[in-house]
Amino acid sequence: MYFSELVSRLADGFLITVQLLGWSGLFAALIGTVLAGMRVSPITPFRAVGTVYVNTFRNTPLVVLFLIAVVGLPALGILQDSFFWRAVIALSTYTAAFVCECLRSGINTVQPGQAEAARSVGMTFGQTLAIVVLPQAFRAVIPPLASVFIALTKNTSVAAAFGITEATYQLSNLIRDFPGSLVTNFIGISIGYILIVAVISGTASLLERRVAVAR
Amino acid sequence: MRFGRTKALCAATMLALALGACGEDTEGGDVEVEDSPEFPAGSTMAELGEEGVTIGVKFDQPGIGFLEPGADDPSGFDIEMAKIIAAELGIAPEDIEWKETVSDNREPFLENDTVDMVLASYSITDERRNIVGQAGPYYVTGQQLLVAADDDSISGPEDLEGKKVCSVTGSTSIQTVEEKYGADPIPFDTYSDCVTQLQNGSVDAVTTDGAILLGYAAQDPENLKVVGEEFSEERYGVGYSKGDTEFCEFLTDTIEASIEDGTWEEAFQATLGEAGVETPEPPDLDPCV
Repeated sequence: MYFSELVSRLADGFLITVQLLGWSGLFAALIGTVLAGMRVSPITPFRAVGTVYVNTFRNTPLVVLFLIAVVGLPALGILQDSFFWRAVIALSTYTAAFVCECLRSGINTVQPGQAEAARSVGMTFGQTLAIVVLPQAFRAVIPPLASVFIALTKNTSVAAAFGITEATYQLSNLIRDFPGSLVTNFIGISIGYILIVAVISGTASLLERRVAVAR
Repeated sequence: MRFGRTKALCAATMLALALGACGEDTEGGDVEVEDSPEFPAGSTMAELGEEGVTIGVKFDQPGIGFLEPGADDPSGFDIEMAKIIAAELGIAPEDIEWKETVSDNREPFLENDTVDMVLASYSITDERRNIVGQAGPYYVTGQQLLVAADDDSISGPEDLEGKKVCSVTGSTSIQTVEEKYGADPIPFDTYSDCVTQLQNGSVDAVTTDGAILLGYAAQDPENLKVVGEEFSEERYGVGYSKGDTEFCEFLTDTIEASIEDGTWEEAFQATLGEAGVETPEPPDLDPCV
């Protein structure tokens, strides 16, 4: 009875955790890539915007971003209906800064000669970045990028205090209903997070092996 | 973004001010401290009387257990009851060591003796009585609904199907509306966060014990109102280490004595009474097992 309840509630919770992770991860990857492109672009205002973004959001505590998104946005009449998307906004704006810096370090590993060669055959900056530089940069940063997404997985638990019924919220319910099984409750939730992290790091090492380049 | 943050900050500041205002003038009646009371040697009472007492209370529930920003000691009905019990042990209110307990750590704190007893809007339940002792109840209240003043669509718990209802993570209130009435649960860390979400239109209702909601409605009567009858029964008890029947008898006797001599009523009127809650009939206490 306790065990089936434990499993079904954790399943409910982790379903939402995974959805949060998926959407925030996707947006963070997109925004982060655009930002990284901006930070290495030859156009000064772009570089400035990229730098300001990274320095602002990387240095703001996640809880503060959650407060702005969850308390501030609806006060302005934005996204009043959905706690989920407000949480996604907080998580992805935060994580995008880390994705950007991770990618930028990857871009720096690509020898300047590559970009020069691309330019000399007439490619624009966008083409150089998308076709020549970024594919090589991604390969170099798979391990740190996996760390960023693992951190994101654990950061989703902050959402439990901001209206989202994800895994950590279910843990509180389990503690309330089964205060005698504290240890099992914690082991259950840990296994859930460990599984997610295992999938991320597994995928990362698989990718790393498949796209590795001998230099 | 910038504007959002400023507004959020303003809202937070206003809330803090409002809460502060609520906490004012809730100094309870003075309790008479027992002069070196006699207890059987080796009993918990004798031990606490000598070594002092640590009591686990809430710091975030106006009227019940609330630590005002800047204040040294918490105030509220739970706090007054704790003072009455400590006085019976021969401990003056200023010598009590207060320890904040949140909903999740009340049992662990009792089990590993971080606190000697818990008075933290601690509802008596069978599951909890399996692992800790709970004497009382010293107060019986029930869950109600706080909604926007211009909202006529919710008049009771039956109207909650599919509505967004905010309460504190891990509370019994959020469980009731989710499991019994099909509401969409919105968990936050504190009730004041929930009230903010209600004020900005993100949730349809806030639910918890009526006494707490009345406090918030009193702070913003133009925008908030409490609707419906109480639809659950929360019986606040005093948590202690499981199996200490002697201590339980002492707690039960102390609470009963305070009901008889009127200190219970005084304590209530000085705290929850100030927030507009009518003094209820004193509850019947459970026997110690």
